[in-house]
Amino acid sequence: MFIINCPYCGERDQTEFTCHGEAHIARPDNPSEISDEEWGRYLFFRENPKGTHFERWTHDHGCRRWFNVMRDTVTDQIIKTYKMGEAKPEISNE
Amino acid sequence: MSNQNRTIYGGKVNREKPINFVFNGKSYIGYQGDTLASALLANDVHLIGRSFKYHRARGILTAGSEEPNAIVQLGLGARTEPNIRATEVELYEGLEASSQNCWPSVNFDIGAMNNFLSRIFPAGFYYKTFKWPPSMWLFYEHFIRKAAGLGQSPTAKNPDRYEQKFYYTDITIVGGGISGLLAALGAGRSGCKVLLIDENPELGGYLLDYNFSINEKDGKKWLKKIIEELDGLANVTILKRTTAMGYYDYNYLTALEKVTNHHVEFSNTLPRERYWRIRSKKVILAQGAFERPLVFADNDRPGIMMASAGQKYLSRYGVLPGKSVVLFTNNDHAYLTAFEFVEKGAKVTVVDTRDLLNARISEKCKLLNIKVFKSYSVIKTYGDKKVNRIEIQQVDKNQNQLTGEVENIHTDCVLMSGGWNPAVQLFSQSRGKLKYDLKINTFVPDKIIENQKIIGSNNGQFNLQENLNESFEAGIAAANELNFNSVEKVNWTGKEEIEFTHSDVEPYMLGKKKVTKGSKHFIDFQNDVTAADIFLAQREGYISVEHTKRYTTTGMGTDQGKTSNVNALALMSHIHNKPVDEIGHTTFRPPYAPQTIGAIAGRSVDKLFDPVRKTSIHEWHVENKAVFEDVGQWKRPYYFPQNKEDIHQAVKRECLAVRNSLGILDASTLGKIDLQGPDAAKFLNMIYTNAWSKLEIGSCRYGLMCNEHGMIFDDGVTSRLGENHYHMTTTTGGAARVMSWLEEFLQTEWLDMKVFCTSVTEQWAVLSISGPNSRKFLEDLTNIDLSKENFPFMKFREGEVCGVKARIFRISFTGELSYEVNVPARYGRYVWEKFMEHGKKYNITPYGTETMHVLRAEKGFIIVGQDTDGSVTPSDMNMDWIVSKKKEDFLGKRSYTRSDTVRHDRKKFVGLLVNDKKTILPEGSHIVEKALKQPPMKMLGHITSSYYSPTLGYPIALAMLKDGISKMGEQVVVPLMNGKIIEATVTDTIFYDKEGKRNNE
Repeated sequence: MFIINCPYCGERDQTEFTCHGEAHIARPDNPSEISDEEWGRYLFFRENPKGTHFERWTHDHGCRRWFNVMRDTVTDQIIKTYKMGEAKPEISNE
Repeated sequence: MSNQNRTIYGGKVNREKPINFVFNGKSYIGYQGDTLASALLANDVHLIGRSFKYHRARGILTAGSEEPNAIVQLGLGARTEPNIRATEVELYEGLEASSQNCWPSVNFDIGAMNNFLSRIFPAGFYYKTFKWPPSMWLFYEHFIRKAAGLGQSPTAKNPDRYEQKFYYTDITIVGGGISGLLAALGAGRSGCKVLLIDENPELGGYLLDYNFSINEKDGKKWLKKIIEELDGLANVTILKRTTAMGYYDYNYLTALEKVTNHHVEFSNTLPRERYWRIRSKKVILAQGAFERPLVFADNDRPGIMMASAGQKYLSRYGVLPGKSVVLFTNNDHAYLTAFEFVEKGAKVTVVDTRDLLNARISEKCKLLNIKVFKSYSVIKTYGDKKVNRIEIQQVDKNQNQLTGEVENIHTDCVLMSGGWNPAVQLFSQSRGKLKYDLKINTFVPDKIIENQKIIGSNNGQFNLQENLNESFEAGIAAANELNFNSVEKVNWTGKEEIEFTHSDVEPYMLGKKKVTKGSKHFIDFQNDVTAADIFLAQREGYISVEHTKRYTTTGMGTDQGKTSNVNALALMSHIHNKPVDEIGHTTFRPPYAPQTIGAIAGRSVDKLFDPVRKTSIHEWHVENKAVFEDVGQWKRPYYFPQNKEDIHQAVKRECLAVRNSLGILDASTLGKIDLQGPDAAKFLNMIYTNAWSKLEIGSCRYGLMCNEHGMIFDDGVTSRLGENHYHMTTTTGGAARVMSWLEEFLQTEWLDMKVFCTSVTEQWAVLSISGPNSRKFLEDLTNIDLSKENFPFMKFREGEVCGVKARIFRISFTGELSYEVNVPARYGRYVWEKFMEHGKKYNITPYGTETMHVLRAEKGFIIVGQDTDGSVTPSDMNMDWIVSKKKEDFLGKRSYTRSDTVRHDRKKFVGLLVNDKKTILPEGSHIVEKALKQPPMKMLGHITSSYYSPTLGYPIALAMLKDGISKMGEQVVVPLMNGKIIEATVTDTIFYDKEGKRNNE
C-alpha cells in the first residue's frame, strides 16, 4: 500500500487514488490522417517495463486531479510525482 | 484430583483465583494467569486432538502462537471458533473447548484407522487416486471435503462487534521481548512517537521464562523496571494481545488486537477485536525466534514437546508436564531446562546428538544427577495416547548408522530442542531477503528493503549481552534517523547461565525403520507430513520448494509451518546434497497468524456494508408500498403493486395508464452534470458523436458518448441553458463514470479548454410525467406556456411549478407527450404530492423502472448496458443518424474506419416477434443458425431485452443479430434451456408509433 505525494494535496494513502496506466501517451492531433497501425498503437500498445514506469493517477477521493507518477515496478518505490503537462523526468542510471 | 501436575510453589499464576472450565464435556479447575494449554497440562490432560490425515493422538507441542497440534474448538453457539491454539487462549471462568478432527471422541476415534493404513496415504495420495475419470471428481470431492477440515465454523450470524483503527506513528516495534522493549526505551527516551506491539498478555517475551542477571543482579527485577519506565512514557503506546498480521509496502502494517475475547462476558461497549492499520516512518522488528523440533521417529506423541515450552509451563505456570523427563537436544542452551526440571523435582535424562559437551555443563549434570547420553539418538517412542517409553541408540556419525545396544527409557515427557529459527515471517513479507546461517543452521535476515531495522534473536543474534546494548542503540538510532535528539547510551552486562551458541545439523534422526519408508518422522505436525513424504516428493520430481510444499502440504496449515519449514528445507538440502541457500524457501504471505474475517470487515457489515442512495421522494414510495430495485447504490421503485397485484398485473396497469392518460416516474437518480465555460460547446462536440455547435439556448439534444475504440458507453440528453451553460444528463449507473471521463479529457488532453463540470445529480429532483393528458395536467400547475407552438418537443423552459422554481425539459423516454420537471431536491416530495393530488382527475399513476423499461422497448429506445455491452458501435445500434460526418474529430471517430468496425457481418440491433405470440424469450437467450439437440450450435446473436407489451397485447424482444439488417422479415430460432425451440421473426426495433407522432403532440 503506497503513500503517494499528490502534487496538489501532499502525501496521502493509496486508497484515495486510482491508477490509469501508462502516462505520456498523447492523443494524436490528426486522427483522421493517421494509419490504422498508428491509431492502433495509440489505442492498444502499452509498455510493461521492469524498472522505471510512468503512470497516470487520479486523486479521486481528494482533489480529483490527474497527475503523473514515476514508479519503479520492481521495488514499488515512487520516484517522483508531477503535474500534467510537466516534462517527463529523466531516468537516472544509478 | 485437581492440578496434580502443579508444582508446590513457583509460576506466575494466581493460586488464590481458581477458574472453572470445561474441556470435552469434563469440568476442570485452572488458575488466573493460565492458558488453556497450561491448565490442561496441570490437570494431566495431554491428549488434545487428532491429527489431520492419520488421526494420530496429538498433545501440546509449544507454548505459543506457533502451536501446530493443540488446536481446539473454542466457545459455543454463534461464538464458537475453530482451530484456536490452546497455547494462546487465556483461561476465563466458564470457558468451554473441545477436541477437533475426531469422531465419536478424541479417546476413541474411528478415523484413527487411517494411521494403520498410512502406507497407502503418502504425499500426493489424493492427487493420484482421485484423478480419473475426470467426471468423478465432484463425487470424490464430496467425501474428501467431509473427511478434511479441522474444526467447525459457526452457523449463526456473528453477534460481536469489530472495530478498526487507523494509526500513524514515527516508529512501530513488533515484539515486546527484551529487544523490542529496549528499542522502545531508546526511541521513547528520544521523544519520538512509538507503538510497541506484542501478541502476549505480558511483556518480556523469552526472559519471563528463563533466569538471567543484569549487572550481576536478578534480571527479572530489572525487566520490571524497564517496563515501568515505558509505561510512564506518554509518547510510547503499548498494545498487548496484539498480533502484527501483515507487512505491506511503505511500512504499512496490520495488527489484530484481542480486546474482549479473552473474557467470557462479552462487552456491550467494547468490540471483540480491533483491527489496526498502522503507518509508521520506521519499523523495528523484534519478534524473536521459534524453537525447532527434532525430526525423529514418532516424534509426535502427546507428552513430547519443545524444551522451551516445557520451560515456560514450568516457570510461568508452575506446571510440571512430566516427572520422568528426557531432554533430547543438539545444543547447549536447552540444558537450562533440564536443570530447571531437576530443581522442581523431576528426574531428567539427556540424549544429546553431539559427542562433545561443554565441561561446565557436564559438571553441573553430574552434580544434579542427570545422566547424559552423548552422540545418541531417540530411535523410537511408544505410548498410545501419551509417550511412556523411548528407545535410544548411539550414532556412528562417520558411518551414518546406529551402533551398540538399544537402551530403553521409561518416560512421561520428552523435551526436544533442535535450535532456534528467527521468526522472519514479517521481515519476509516486507520483501526482506534471507540467507542461510551455517552456524545456527537456519535462515536469518540479510537484505532490508523497507525503512526498517531488525534486531535481537529475530536477526539471528541470540547472545543476551549483545542484544541488550544493540537493541537499545537501535531504538536510539531509529529516532535519530527521524531527527530526534540522541540520548545517552547505557552499558548493561547481561548474563544467562548457558548462552546459546550453535546447534548441530540433523536433517533427521536415524530410527529403527528406514526414514524413507514407513517410519513416522514428522516434519509438519499439523498436516501430517513426514520425512518420508519429503523424500517421496523429491523422487517423483517435485524438487522445487514450491512444488514440494504443495505436493506434500508441508507448511500449509493454520500454523503456516512456523515449526516445520526450516526442517523441511534442511532435509531437501540433504537429499539433493546442495546448500540450503540453493534450495531456497517458500514465500511468506500475510496473515502471520489466522485472523477473523469479522475484524477485517470491521463496521462495514449489514447496513454499513454499502451506502444506500435515496431520492428526496423515497419515503413517499415506501409509504405507497413500492417494490424497490437496486440501481447501483440507488434504491428505485420497481413497480407499485395495488391490491395484491403481482409484478405482471402492476406493470400492465402502469403501462396502460401512461399510454392512455397520465403516469409519473421519479427520475431523480438520472446523472446530472452542469457544464459551464466558453469552450463548453467545443467540448461537447468532442465528447458526443453528434454536432452541438448549433444547438440554440432553450433546446435539448440526445447524445451518444463513445470511447476511443468507438464503442458506446453512455447516452443522455443535454440542454443548453445559456450562452456558455449546459445541463447534461447521463444514465443512473453511469453518472460517476461520465464525470470522470469528462474530467480526464479536460485535465489530460485539452488543458486549454475553459470548461467546468459539476455533478448536480443530487441537487435536483426529477418528476417525469408522461401520457396524452400530461399537458392538460401540468398547465394548471405552472406559469410556463405549455402550448405546442411555444414549447415544442426537445425544448427546455424555466418557470414555476406548484410555486417552486423549476426547469422543465420536454423530452420523452416513453414515446408519449412527456415533461421532465426538475425542482430543487428539497421540494421533490412537496411537488410530487401536489402532482398526485391534482392528477387524480387523470388517474395519475406512479410507475417504476420495469414499466419504464417496457415502454421504452415498445419504442425501441436503447438502454446502455442492457442492449449494449461495451462492444457495440452506434452503427451496430442503427444509430448512424447520430454520428456526425461533418465533424473533423470526436472521441471514437477514428475507430469507425478500423477494419473491425466496418465489417459487414457485425451484430446489429433488431426487433424480434415470436411466432406463437405468447412466449417471452428469456433475456440472454441465444439465436442460433440451426437448433440442435445439444451444444455446440452456431450462434448468430442474443436477446438483450424482452417483455410482454401491454400496449400491443403480445411479447416483444430486442436482440443483437449477426448481419441483422439484411435479415428483416426472416425467421430465426431460439433454443431455450428447457429444451423448447422458439421461432421468431426479425423486425425493426420500433414496435409502437413508428412515425413518432405521439411525443410531438
